[in-house]
Amino acid sequence: MIPLLLGISFLAFMLVRLAPGGPFDRERRPASPEIERRILEKYHLDEPLLKQYARYLGGVLKGDLGPSLKYRNHSVSDIVIQGLPVSMMLGTCAFLFALGLGLPAGFYAAARQGGFGDYASSLVALCGVCVPAFVVGPFLVMEFAIRRKLFPVALLESPMHLILPTVTLGLYFAGRVARLLREGMLGLRDAEFVVAARAKGMTDVAVLRRHVFRIGVLPVVSYSGPMLADLLTGSFVVENLFQIPGIGVFMVNSSLSRDYTMIVGLVLVYAVLLLMLNLFVDLAYRWLDPRVSYD
Amino acid sequence: MGNCRFKVQGLLALGLATILILSGCGRREPRADVVIINGTDPESLDPAIITALEDYRIVPGLFEGLTRIDPVNAQAIPGLAERWDVDEGGRAYLFYFRPGLRWSTGDPLTAHDVVFSWLRLLDPRTAADYAAQLYCVKNGEAYSTNGITDASRVGIRAIDDLRLRVELNHPVPYFLDLCASPTLSVVPRKTIEALGDQWLQARPLPSSGSHTLEIWRLNDKIRFRKNPLYWDAANTANNTVEFLPVGSPATALNLYERGAADIIWDKDLVPAELLKDLKQRPDFHDFPYIGTYFVRFNTTRPPFHDARVRRALALAVDKRRIVERIIKGGESPAGHLVPTGVANHLAPESLGQDEAAARRLLSDAGFPQGEGFPVFEYLFDSAAGGGSKVHAKIGVELQEMWRRELGVRMELRQMEKKVYLAAQTGLDYDLSRSSWVGDYNDPNTFLDLFLSNNGNNRTGWKDERYDGLMRQANVEQNPRRRSELLRQAESILVAEEAVVIPLYFYRGFQFYDANRISGIHGNILGMNPVRTIRNSEATRTNGGVVHDRDARASAAAGAGKPQ
Amino acid sequence: MTDAGTETSATCENEAGVQGVWRRFAVQRIPLASAIFMTFFVVLVGLWPWIQPHSPQVLGDLQFEPPGPRYWAGTGVHGRDLFSRMMHGAGLSLMVGASGALVSLVIGVSWGSVAGYAGGRVDAVMMRVVDVLYSLPSIIFVVVLITTLESLLKQWFSKSFSPELASSTRFMLLLFGLGSVSWLTMARIVRGQVLSLKNRAFVSASRALGASHAHILWRHILPNLWGVVIVYLTLTVPSVVLYESFLSFLGLGVQPPQASLGSLIAEGASQINSIRVYWWLIVLPSALLATLLLALSFVGDGLRDSLETRDRS
Repeated sequence: MIPLLLGISFLAFMLVRLAPGGPFDRERRPASPEIERRILEKYHLDEPLLKQYARYLGGVLKGDLGPSLKYRNHSVSDIVIQGLPVSMMLGTCAFLFALGLGLPAGFYAAARQGGFGDYASSLVALCGVCVPAFVVGPFLVMEFAIRRKLFPVALLESPMHLILPTVTLGLYFAGRVARLLREGMLGLRDAEFVVAARAKGMTDVAVLRRHVFRIGVLPVVSYSGPMLADLLTGSFVVENLFQIPGIGVFMVNSSLSRDYTMIVGLVLVYAVLLLMLNLFVDLAYRWLDPRVSYD
Repeated sequence: MGNCRFKVQGLLALGLATILILSGCGRREPRADVVIINGTDPESLDPAIITALEDYRIVPGLFEGLTRIDPVNAQAIPGLAERWDVDEGGRAYLFYFRPGLRWSTGDPLTAHDVVFSWLRLLDPRTAADYAAQLYCVKNGEAYSTNGITDASRVGIRAIDDLRLRVELNHPVPYFLDLCASPTLSVVPRKTIEALGDQWLQARPLPSSGSHTLEIWRLNDKIRFRKNPLYWDAANTANNTVEFLPVGSPATALNLYERGAADIIWDKDLVPAELLKDLKQRPDFHDFPYIGTYFVRFNTTRPPFHDARVRRALALAVDKRRIVERIIKGGESPAGHLVPTGVANHLAPESLGQDEAAARRLLSDAGFPQGEGFPVFEYLFDSAAGGGSKVHAKIGVELQEMWRRELGVRMELRQMEKKVYLAAQTGLDYDLSRSSWVGDYNDPNTFLDLFLSNNGNNRTGWKDERYDGLMRQANVEQNPRRRSELLRQAESILVAEEAVVIPLYFYRGFQFYDANRISGIHGNILGMNPVRTIRNSEATRTNGGVVHDRDARASAAAGAGKPQ
Repeated sequence: MTDAGTETSATCENEAGVQGVWRRFAVQRIPLASAIFMTFFVVLVGLWPWIQPHSPQVLGDLQFEPPGPRYWAGTGVHGRDLFSRMMHGAGLSLMVGASGALVSLVIGVSWGSVAGYAGGRVDAVMMRVVDVLYSLPSIIFVVVLITTLESLLKQWFSKSFSPELASSTRFMLLLFGLGSVSWLTMARIVRGQVLSLKNRAFVSASRALGASHAHILWRHILPNLWGVVIVYLTLTVPSVVLYESFLSFLGLGVQPPQASLGSLIAEGASQINSIRVYWWLIVLPSALLATLLLALSFVGDGLRDSLETRDRS
């Protein structure tokens, strides 16, 4: 995992330098080129790239992700420590919401394949997939926060504040989970072990529940790794819309403002999460489908 | 579906969610007296670092300068200095401090603190973007660019604790305005020397302004509390103020509508598509504002090196249509670069709208009916965050106007902000969308952009006459004659040479309920000091304003848990 | 082909090849209707520039005109015909979606199935490559891609081909950029399925009979993957289309005055407010996108059902 993180940080570090414009390029430039040079010098941006990377790595080993180049009075570590828990909280809620809604819907659709129930639940799931968060979010706010005044419009101050962002964020993933589960289960209709179970006289629902679900959920499990990594590191659209102090906004804005240290720092955080989650996913395969081997 | 796995999952989910939610809450504070939606998150609160309007609007609450701004008319009025003498025909200032000034931590605040703050701004190690605001001070520029290292040669000297003498290179009619600029405000020496770049994380943070910094959480909120040791504390109209960084105009409006915020004071946070309707409301306030939207030509690229071509394009623009159909905020079409209403400004000659003349000029330049005119590009940035896509909309209108009137073909080239800036600086464009907001109330803040050697020129345009007129104006002591020189220079810029096409002058917008909120004014700088803003409901309910369920809930939740 | 585990009640005729797939497809009502609708729509979009009553680019004087007999879908801020813009936008978005889907299909499926089937070290390395690519900031990637290649390609195109081709350089780069990030999750999912499939009885049996790896992968594993692949493809299309609108929002996507369906929706989203709603600007583009994607999904479902039977005899 360590060499992998090294590779990722190196690639990210070099990639951001390829993009035109630097962190200190602004609408208004300082009056003298000397000042511009001084700023670069202060943040060691005038050194050769490899030396900069070595310096950065040295800091990371000591647990210091460096100062943010946009928010110059804050260190990247501080920003992550402050924002990540918020994003993770919202992401976890959205993940649970997505599973809580998506799994039953997918199961139901698979059980009623070809019937009205299948089409109805698939239709709902697909709408969740097709209608983007930047439409769902404002719509929910209009209807439930402005018109009915059931929920607050934005900010994060109480559990009530979490509900609309959770739904906005989770709906899209719920739709995908439902579609993937339905498909995973349908693919097994005629698998040998299912036929065997049916031959033993188990009812259809029991077969679905005991045998088919277990293997049919594998695509959802595969998808859960990247999905959860995305959710836990926040969503730009949702955090922007509901003014939630997570790190999702920084994920996008740091790229736009060429905040080099912040970009690489966030990439590292994201990569650690992703690698860990994918490891869990691999373990989950083995648990769900004991025949899975990795050789 | 009586699936037991779902049940277990559901229970687990519920439990986990509860834990998470409980852990995430309870860190909230009671509602502040005044909650202001301030625009995008301030990059810094360090006077030497800040450059953005959002930062500029709130930093004066923490750090004050020798002068401060009168909220009604944006004039500089006495701040830390109670009076001053002007000597040597405007080349020297002697400031007299108020006796007994103190930092919010109780330490005495003296003229020596100003010397430290200003030298820090000039110090190359600080690398302040706006160090140039003190280049008018004797040896200021040399000290800033390493020409001299001896700080005592810079024309800033504390005679004693209460007197400060400043020597300038030449008379600067707007020097007192500069002293009120947040960049030149007074910062705490001890804290800075102890903590370096992290000095703003000190708590308590010594402040020289009307408020102290209580909370600064990125992307979350900034909270000020009244500074009881401020010299004018008796007139501070509120106990606590919160600034919310909001990126989306829709969210800003929603928060305001539900009472979670009292004021919106960023023009980019007013949804452009709703302006027509919003303008009718009693809580909508607008005012002229020191900013101009314009188009830059890259004068190094043919055919735009030819002034006739530039003038032709300028003459063919229907600015009224853009203002009335796209911007809709009551902005006025601009004939020149410096906004109407700026002090010391005389209106220059300007090009109106005259399509026939435009076609003639284009034909003179060798492109009758646009024949043979190369396809060119209009560069603009995406304005992410604001989201009203005004730049793209203006580009679309210009494209169509020039196609219809002149028969020339323009393509739109949208770029992400930093790429756009890099392209503009590197003169890698044909035409480019631009705007400028003045730093102080004088035409110079606009006109010095287009000096040959200014890094913000970005047109490749160099003109001896223009530079000469500007130089002359800079040393001219008679204000009337100075204004006339600036007028001549601006005439060259916008009419004769047409290096830029001014499109419209900005207007500032604020949302607040005037029945409740007072002490906020629309002045040309768009900067209202925090100290004067009063929320009459806040003072009645003793600190916790309650006009919404959300606010009440959060006030109750926060009451027992002081931070 | 006979395998252990596929001896069960085959539902359909034992016809292989395109013809068989088509025959099985044509009996399904909803998928067939969806396919016809999609075909009709694609043809309409293709022909639209010649039959349009209003050009999508021409500015009009009627701003924010609600839908009516003149402007079927109303007009927006510039007084341009929204219906024409939707048709053009749908064309762009379908291209974006199709290219994303194609890359997912070709690279994602082969990468994932090889990794899963080979297992062990090969799998570990291949999946780590996916993780690395997945971790890199995609916005920066697109910025670098566009800024470094756009002007080069543009010059080359306008010299060697036509200026028209040159002006679509950005769009081609966009397709490339979107494609290169869209296959990663597909590879993960496919690899997970293969891990589970390769130990199923029919694969083991075939292996015992001495079938080559390529044969097993092609004849036994892939046919059992189609379902998940097709479903995930139908999920990839909307995500690519919406990601494109996000990039457009950041100034990296489709260039104005053109607009993709996604960016029309993004533009329309600002119309959802408490003051005044020009509903058509958000409802109509959203409805069109949802309809297209639904139809696509139903076609996918039908295709899956017709393909799946292939291996069962």
